[in-house]
Amino acid sequence: MIALEKRPQPSQAWSLLTPLVAVVITMIAGGLLFSALGKNPIEAIRTIFYDPLFGEFAFYYRPQLLVKGGPLILIAIGLSLGFRAGIWNIGAEGQYIVGAICGAGVGLAFYPTESAFIFPLMVMAGALGGWAWSMIPALLKVKFGTNEILVSLMLVYVAEQLLASMSLGLLKNPQGFGFPGSRNLQDYASAHNAEIIAGTGMHWGIVAAFIAVIMAYVLLNKHILGFNIRLTGEAPRAARFGGVNPTRLVVFCMGVSGALAGLAGLFEVSGPSGQISIDFNVGYGFTAIIVAFLGRLHPVGILLAGLLMALTYIGGEIAQGTLSLPAAAIQVFQGMLLFFLLVLDLLTNYRIRFGKKGIA
Amino acid sequence: MTETLLSINSLTKAYPGVVANDSVSFDIKEGEVHALLGENGAGKSTLVKMIYGLVKPDSGEMLWHGQPFAPAEPRAARATGVAMVFQHFSLFDALNVAENVALGMEDPPKMGDLAARIKSVSEAYGLPLDPFRTVGDLSAGERQRVEIIRCLLQDPKLLIMDEPTSVLTPQEVDILFETLRKLRAEGTSILYISHKLEEIRALCDQATILRLGKNVGSCVPAETSARQMAEMMVGDSLQTPTRTAQDGGEVILQVSSLSAASANPFGTRLKDISFSVKSGEILGLGGVAGNGQDELLAALSGELKTSSDVVQIRGTGVGHLGPNERRAIGTLAAPEERLGHAAAPNMSLVENALLTGAIRQSLTDRGFVNWKGATEFAEEIIEKFDVRTPGSDRAARALSGGNLQKFVIGREVLQNPDVLIVNQPTWGVDAAAAAAIRQSLLDLAANGAAIVVISQDLDELMEISDRFGALNEGRLSDVRPAAGLTIDEIGLMMGGAHGMEVAQVNQGDTAQEVPA
Repeated sequence: MIALEKRPQPSQAWSLLTPLVAVVITMIAGGLLFSALGKNPIEAIRTIFYDPLFGEFAFYYRPQLLVKGGPLILIAIGLSLGFRAGIWNIGAEGQYIVGAICGAGVGLAFYPTESAFIFPLMVMAGALGGWAWSMIPALLKVKFGTNEILVSLMLVYVAEQLLASMSLGLLKNPQGFGFPGSRNLQDYASAHNAEIIAGTGMHWGIVAAFIAVIMAYVLLNKHILGFNIRLTGEAPRAARFGGVNPTRLVVFCMGVSGALAGLAGLFEVSGPSGQISIDFNVGYGFTAIIVAFLGRLHPVGILLAGLLMALTYIGGEIAQGTLSLPAAAIQVFQGMLLFFLLVLDLLTNYRIRFGKKGIA
Repeated sequence: MTETLLSINSLTKAYPGVVANDSVSFDIKEGEVHALLGENGAGKSTLVKMIYGLVKPDSGEMLWHGQPFAPAEPRAARATGVAMVFQHFSLFDALNVAENVALGMEDPPKMGDLAARIKSVSEAYGLPLDPFRTVGDLSAGERQRVEIIRCLLQDPKLLIMDEPTSVLTPQEVDILFETLRKLRAEGTSILYISHKLEEIRALCDQATILRLGKNVGSCVPAETSARQMAEMMVGDSLQTPTRTAQDGGEVILQVSSLSAASANPFGTRLKDISFSVKSGEILGLGGVAGNGQDELLAALSGELKTSSDVVQIRGTGVGHLGPNERRAIGTLAAPEERLGHAAAPNMSLVENALLTGAIRQSLTDRGFVNWKGATEFAEEIIEKFDVRTPGSDRAARALSGGNLQKFVIGREVLQNPDVLIVNQPTWGVDAAAAAAIRQSLLDLAANGAAIVVISQDLDELMEISDRFGALNEGRLSDVRPAAGLTIDEIGLMMGGAHGMEVAQVNQGDTAQEVPA
């Protein structure tokens, strides 16, 4: 008989070990999946985890790691603050889109003026756009008690429609021969979020992500506001007794996560993507939820998890190309990672006892 | 009447790190009310769980009428004739009484038949109860009746009752005792768990006393003084608090016409509560749990805001201030629920010290936490209040209930408040620690603080209060000097006018109420 027994004290060791063990188990289960699909499992796992870093074309893939990891980390850091406090912003994808639209819109409004002030203005507009979009579910929640999960999620689809309308209408490139999509910001020096050091993939969005990691770490560990966020997630009643104002906390956490998602959108549209188009968003906002949990809602964990998730994306694309693995198999593989992580999470607070009977 | 019903022979049960029961032996005779006495953590609950089949003993045996008795699960124990009323009720608020009773039965009869049986049993044993009332609307005493009747319908030979009177008014206790005596006269044995010594002296024929898992003696309660029994339980002499009489100073806390709705849908609305507390005074507020205690504490701590002048501290309205703003002017509180309200279960003692200590201990600087200061504050609490824990980095949930209670009270007392409101300060705390907590409250009052103690333990309130009032359905009785109050007067103050009278046993024509 197997029984679960609650630990008196959460296990520090397991809380650090579970992500590693989850990755290993995912490799094993993923290998089985790939071999069931008729592929060589060792080769598939090597293609996903090893080739992007050390393979023949690693010089191309390594910068991609930062380009893909940056927005994931930036968004996940914002989400993790709310998740810690039990505030569930599921709509980062929408805030990401609106941030991109607002930031790009400000940049395009100045076209073709060149000025050093344009890019900082775009950054502010991007953050503001994401913040404003997240304030809709936040205010509805604190004023009318609506569920922020549903409202923020549904606003993603509204944002997608807005994106399509912008690409076809207001922001459409007047010199684009009628194709949907805005001017390419990469061709507009004042608005271009270029690589800081060429060939590294390092752009201002990655810098912002690293700064967000450090700020979140300081906030959660050194500041009373971070303590209140953790307290609210652990024991909401104790938090009210401790003087935490739940309304303000909802507005703060939703606002920060929205602003960071908006920033991620702005850095993406002005950098790697270059233009507002109908298919601008590729799901960073949703994947960031996985990243936040994979990183155990801890800033440093999120940094590592964001890079790992980027690795599986890039490795997955290579595997699709070279081994002709179906895209769905890669998604299942990524899903397994979250699944095993959440299952193993149990071991932090519980221990498993074998062959002990007595308690009916 | 002298035949042994259940004989317990050297039962032992060990959990990791603690021996809950160590070779415990005693006999329960037929038609006997047998008391099981002991402090919290003495092993009473483990022992009755073994009898009821919830826990299997590591060694030792039980004999039922001389036959080996080893119930593998509660169902087997019930089939033999053991029934148990738990301290915490397992009832569904949204269902009515009969539906709740039916849920606990193996093979429930038709609802109409069951309701009739509930009616007849409740009248036969003097426990008035309408089978069609919704449980969410019942008082704690009435809920307990549902649990008792659920047991009586099984026609038990042995009824186990775990601290049954902790939620009852004195009048309800009298009704319960009448019922138990009636059961005894019919030959049913009762195993009665309590640490209220006067009750045991009034009711029980035999008492077995447990300390640290061992049987440390037995006695006939009627022939033993409460003090002797207490000393057997605790193992050393009790420290009785010394009340230094105070000539009331200036009024510090003034509450005028406080009315407020509860934040909780099953909570109690506060209705027109007014009282004042002077410097150096302890006001004791009694009353059965769920009559507005939580809400009153919330209104005084700042969790529940009111208009400004309803709550005044030294003449200044503070009703609109939140908990931290009230802490800043010296008004502190310790809620009843330790895990989740007074303390965050998964956070360390240092973090829990910061929870309420941040303001008065100046543990933050421009928002940045001074963790060194918080650790020192936590360690000061641990040392001065004798909190037994391996270190201040432990999670609050790792502490035993009594130790965490000492921490929670210590955290507020050491912040040197002007006004302190505590709810159930010694709930679940052993006698020695309870005495220490009460002494710390008395010391605080002696230094000029105004203190409000909300408690269900009347002995405690009588011991430390200068004045006494009682909450009933969100209303406060007259507040009267505690000295000289009789138990009958206290019972009347605690009111509870509904369902209090003993049901007329032969009154068959009670009108059926249509369920709302």
